Amino acid sequence: MTTLVDTIIEQAQTANPSNHSSKDFQSDQDVRWCPGCGDYSILAQAQRIMPDLGIPRHNIVFVSGIGCSSRFPYYMETYGFHSIHGRATAVASGVKLARPDLSVWVVTGDGDGMSIGGNHLIHLLRRNIDVNILLFNNQIYGLTKGQYSPTSEKGKVTKSTPYGSLDYPFNPVALALGAGATFVARTIDRDPKHLQQMLKRAGHHVGTSFVEVYQNCNVFNDGTFSHLTEKGTKDDYVVFLEHGKPLIFGKANDKGIRLSGFTPEVVSLTDGKYSANDLIIHNEHDTTLSFILANMTYNEFLPRPLGIFLDIARPSYDFEMQKQIEYAKRKRGEGDMSALLNSGETWIIQ
Amino acid sequence: MTRKTKSVEDVTIRFAGDSGDGMQFTGTQFTNTTAIFGNDLSTLPDYPAEIRAPQGTTFGVSGFQIHFGSTEINTPGDTFDVLVAMNAAALKVNLRSLIKGGSIIVNTDGFNEKNLKLAGYSENPLHNHTLADYSVYEVDITKLTSLALQDLNLAPKIVDRSKNLFALGMMFWIYHRPLEPTIKWLNEKFSKKPDVLEANLRVLKAGWNFSETTEIFSVRYNIAPAKLYPGKYRNITGNQATAWGLLAAAQKARLTLFLGSYPITPASDILHELAKHKNFGVKTFQAEDEIAGVTSAIGAAFAGSLGVTTTSGPGLALKTEALGLAVMVELPLVVVDVQRSGPSTGLPTKTEQADLMQALYGRNGEAPLPVIAASTPSDCFNAVFESARIAIKYMTPVICLTDGYLANGSEPWLIPNYDQLPNIAPSFPTEPDGFFPYARNETTLARPWAIPGTPGLEHRIGGLEKQNITGNVNYEPENHEVMVKLRAEKIARVANDIPMAEVDGDAHGDVLVVGWGSTYGAIRTAVQRHRAKGHSVAHLHLTYLHPLQKNIGELLSNYKKILIPEINNGQLIHILRSQYLLPAIGLNKIQGLPFRAEEIEIKIDELLKGNTP
Repeated sequence: MTTLVDTIIEQAQTANPSNHSSKDFQSDQDVRWCPGCGDYSILAQAQRIMPDLGIPRHNIVFVSGIGCSSRFPYYMETYGFHSIHGRATAVASGVKLARPDLSVWVVTGDGDGMSIGGNHLIHLLRRNIDVNILLFNNQIYGLTKGQYSPTSEKGKVTKSTPYGSLDYPFNPVALALGAGATFVARTIDRDPKHLQQMLKRAGHHVGTSFVEVYQNCNVFNDGTFSHLTEKGTKDDYVVFLEHGKPLIFGKANDKGIRLSGFTPEVVSLTDGKYSANDLIIHNEHDTTLSFILANMTYNEFLPRPLGIFLDIARPSYDFEMQKQIEYAKRKRGEGDMSALLNSGETWIIQ
Repeated sequence: MTRKTKSVEDVTIRFAGDSGDGMQFTGTQFTNTTAIFGNDLSTLPDYPAEIRAPQGTTFGVSGFQIHFGSTEINTPGDTFDVLVAMNAAALKVNLRSLIKGGSIIVNTDGFNEKNLKLAGYSENPLHNHTLADYSVYEVDITKLTSLALQDLNLAPKIVDRSKNLFALGMMFWIYHRPLEPTIKWLNEKFSKKPDVLEANLRVLKAGWNFSETTEIFSVRYNIAPAKLYPGKYRNITGNQATAWGLLAAAQKARLTLFLGSYPITPASDILHELAKHKNFGVKTFQAEDEIAGVTSAIGAAFAGSLGVTTTSGPGLALKTEALGLAVMVELPLVVVDVQRSGPSTGLPTKTEQADLMQALYGRNGEAPLPVIAASTPSDCFNAVFESARIAIKYMTPVICLTDGYLANGSEPWLIPNYDQLPNIAPSFPTEPDGFFPYARNETTLARPWAIPGTPGLEHRIGGLEKQNITGNVNYEPENHEVMVKLRAEKIARVANDIPMAEVDGDAHGDVLVVGWGSTYGAIRTAVQRHRAKGHSVAHLHLTYLHPLQKNIGELLSNYKKILIPEINNGQLIHILRSQYLLPAIGLNKIQGLPFRAEEIEIKIDELLKGNTP
């Protein structure tokens, strides 16, 4: 059966080839985040890289849940769906499974994605449906005006935790890896270039891509990531992961990370004991290494890794679903409703 | 000895045994053969919630009831004429529903000391006067089965699991049914397990031959084929009809069927059935939970599929918030709720009609949506097809209610002519000029279904209130009221698009029995019995629970008394009372079991005699 959707897709192919600029991805809606919110930068970088993906905007869908970040689709001149709290990943799964021809993006936050929507998130990751997830992590609930989130540090004093929060935070990167993700990256709102790079790589990855974006909430959690973004400190607190390169950081590129057994440690590259050859050489395709790097996250003696933790190939669920349908059609022939109704044991009453 | 053959109009048989004894299989085989033979029939599978409850206990008893005959059969039977009891517990649980003078065929091996103790018998009922009112046929089925297989060197487990076929063979002999359909089925099922196949075939035939050669049964019965409406028939269960109705709807809508579903009793078989038909392009997605089931279906609908989610009561509760979203974003969605006994986990394998209020009102905010109910197993096909038609045409979620009794019950079905089913294809807009996501069709008030992939129609939808026409997020007080009213009016207009309700019986009279859903067969039988006695009684059965058909109020006003039987604590009665200000009378049964026709018949009697207000 040729479906009505097939007809729409076919018609769209004969339409003029798109050559969108980043401006063409800006919708006519006023952006309503608080002035100074990190979301502005993420939106701008997403709009900037969209043309580079080479996908016409009518084939792009942004899906979100609830929270500050989830307003994102309204500002993108693509198809968009602002759904309900925590369910963006499930809605997006339905969109992509129904339409593998679309480029599907989920915008979620640490509350939406890790708390109320945690279940859907891990299942999307393990299934490896070809959806791109951008998780804006500001370690706070902004829309509900400042309660602690599942990524807030333990002891966080907020309106709902005046004596400090008791729960240990999720490490989104480790959670994604643990769930079987095939692409996991971390970037930060204040580094536009790195952010753009990560978004592009996520867009090109086949299968679920998960990008944690550190994002400053200047109203309820201002400065949480400032040590990772401010000039005086960032070189010592951030290590960029680059495929095939040793993990070197520090203002003068004077420090590195080596493995002692399975444990990463900081070594000096200037005291003559170690050189770049002794350091971890990053390999985006090494699953074991990705877990080690992810676990550096809350270790106060180690710099915070930003970049791509893992990028491996595994067939996507949507691709395999399509393959299974084609197999069934080859094996049993295109479905024939009349034949099905009349199949099996039947009898005639005269 | 010459044996008598007696002709009877209808018979009800109850197969009962331990949940591991294969009673559902035995009943299903007897049903299929009987259907092919040409009798009208109705079945009631009745099994415990535990997959393998402790062997020999009363709560581990699994039953399958079939009522078949040469006349119209509407219910699985209030009581049964024949009980096949594979053990003492099966006898204990079922004896009270066996008619006085009925027959009991027992497997004597199931009445050893241990079995008697587990069933709570202090002495063997086969040896005292417990069964004095019945004809008892004692057969050591276990022993006869192992004798039939003794030279095959089979594992004891295979031997034990074959004994239900011995009972089936006996029943086929008694009721003059052919063995061939079962033989054919076994050959297909066990083509790769020759030892199991051989065992099953031998035991089936042994049961038949045992009945033929010994003189234990003095009478065989003839039940002539029923005079059903001419045409081609098949047997079908409610869940199968639901699955096929969805397949047919997607084909007639020229859409891909997307099912997002989470396994739940008694709805899972719809997912199983649709998963088989991938060659129709069906996409079945076993989601991580009920919420993902519905939200993935909503996502698929946004992308241009016929989005469907199937569930039972507790699952519908979990989908509540997402249904509100579907109402707000005005996308087509079919939600099938195979109701079961609640609240909470309730009696998961037992039937009930207690989700009506949940279907009608179970959402936050003003969120009306159409609700449709199936009345018989085969009617599930029509109900779900109609749900899809309305969902697509009115851009709305629709809840289709069936229940455990319909889902697992079966009946002969006059196979519909697929070519004559209506075309229900939507029309996707492609023209960017003048496109607004919330502009409305003048007649239906439906908004356009613009799907991703259409150049120039890029737009955003969501759960926040929409500005009328543009669909932009809008918080203006007046706009919200306009939108709430528009969404309600859209659903109300479905009433313009459905047939008027018809009463079965006189247009005016003493008592009108109003039902909905699976009570159809019992009400029909009860009303027919009264009408045969010349009483002025009629039957109105509602398929459309929301919106109600336009002539319901008028129909209800034509009778002195209105009786509303429901398998719940009184739900439809609230709706009709409040809508039409009627002094309707309820008849409520909340035992996880369907009505017996007799229960309704007696209540009608009371109303006719004026004993009840």
